[in-house]
Amino acid sequence: MELEKFVANFAAQFDETDASIFTAETKFRDVEEWSSILALSLIAMVDEEYDVKLKGDDIRNSQTVNDLYEIVKSRK
Amino acid sequence: MAYLNIPNVVVRGISACVPRHIDENINYPMEEEDRVKLISSIGVERKRIADKDTCTSDLCFKAAEKLIDELNWDKSEIDCLIFVTQTPDFILPATSCILQHRLGLSTECYTQDISLGCSGWVYGFSSIASLLFAGGGSLRKALLLVGDTTSKVNSKNDKSTWPLFGDAGTATALEFELGSDGLKFHLASDGDGAEAIIIKDGGYRNIISDASLVSNFFEEGISRTNLDVYLDGMSVFSFAISRAPQSVKKLIEKFEIDKDSVDYFEFHQANLYLNEKVRKKLQLEPEKVPYSLKNFGNTSSATIPLTMVTELRDKLKSKKLSHISCAFGVGLSWGSVYFNTDKIVCPDLIEY
Repeated sequence: MELEKFVANFAAQFDETDASIFTAETKFRDVEEWSSILALSLIAMVDEEYDVKLKGDDIRNSQTVNDLYEIVKSRK
Repeated sequence: MAYLNIPNVVVRGISACVPRHIDENINYPMEEEDRVKLISSIGVERKRIADKDTCTSDLCFKAAEKLIDELNWDKSEIDCLIFVTQTPDFILPATSCILQHRLGLSTECYTQDISLGCSGWVYGFSSIASLLFAGGGSLRKALLLVGDTTSKVNSKNDKSTWPLFGDAGTATALEFELGSDGLKFHLASDGDGAEAIIIKDGGYRNIISDASLVSNFFEEGISRTNLDVYLDGMSVFSFAISRAPQSVKKLIEKFEIDKDSVDYFEFHQANLYLNEKVRKKLQLEPEKVPYSLKNFGNTSSATIPLTMVTELRDKLKSKKLSHISCAFGVGLSWGSVYFNTDKIVCPDLIEY
């Protein structure tokens, strides 16, 4: 799986935040629009696009988009 | 592989009872903008809350009495009672024995408690149908009593649980009938997610102590004791959006069910955001997927029979219908059932 595509899929979950601000190093919790609902939409995206189940702790223990990418990649 | 195909069992009626007291989520103390977002994503505007003297068994008792009455059943022919709950009257004895006596059923009655939450109606349905089948006619009529008063184990200061859960008790009446179509099930479990929904203290792993009673602050809007339900919403969501549709698909494939011919798909009412993901994943039309979430919230194991009573009552009474019901949650535990109903008895929602 590709990091670039993962970042794009990640960014697509946000409605009000410009997708161009997202990189692998973005600390997603610092993005103003981040919320518990957005976390759910992210989990749904990972389930649909990668067929991987993220747990609550995976999200709570991750800081950057890349952290989540590594988790998803390791479970592919 | 837990697939079951159980002939010779029919559903005769379904009833539900909720407490009178209505708790409006619009009054839940949090910042207005956040509250509006929360209510629209979970889809719960209000729910029923039992008072301190009302137990799950009281709600189920009322539901059962009304159902037996409208069915015109002779109580001496009820040979089996299963009570599914995670909020029993006591740690011991089993509440099903208390209900057998309270309902005036025969002492020759088979009774049993099952400790399951959200998946409980589907699981209890599989157990009671298996018993009726195995009895070969010696168990004539049976009552499946299912519900929870989750409000008793929710912290009012926990926004991740209090606005979501409501209280309800239900009764499903089944009968042995040689040659009937019967019921088809897929059932599954995954204890790897045991801590995703848990009450940590008060059992025998962590016996109740003074510390169990202390309210702990976790973050803004989330305080609870270790005797309250902890819910890891993200983990449960992740589990449910994959396992629920998968279970329905397995059921359909295994038993070669014509999906388009199914009249209604009743899902456990977890929360609207999650349920809509599940519905869309299975490509089901909204008309076939009823919801009772808005007015009753997530009533744990009671959601499916409660939804049938509140949303499908007239059709259940007047038509022959085919159903797939799918329930999922605490355990983790999940399953699906395919069954038919033919003009069953379905009393109006009871308030107690």
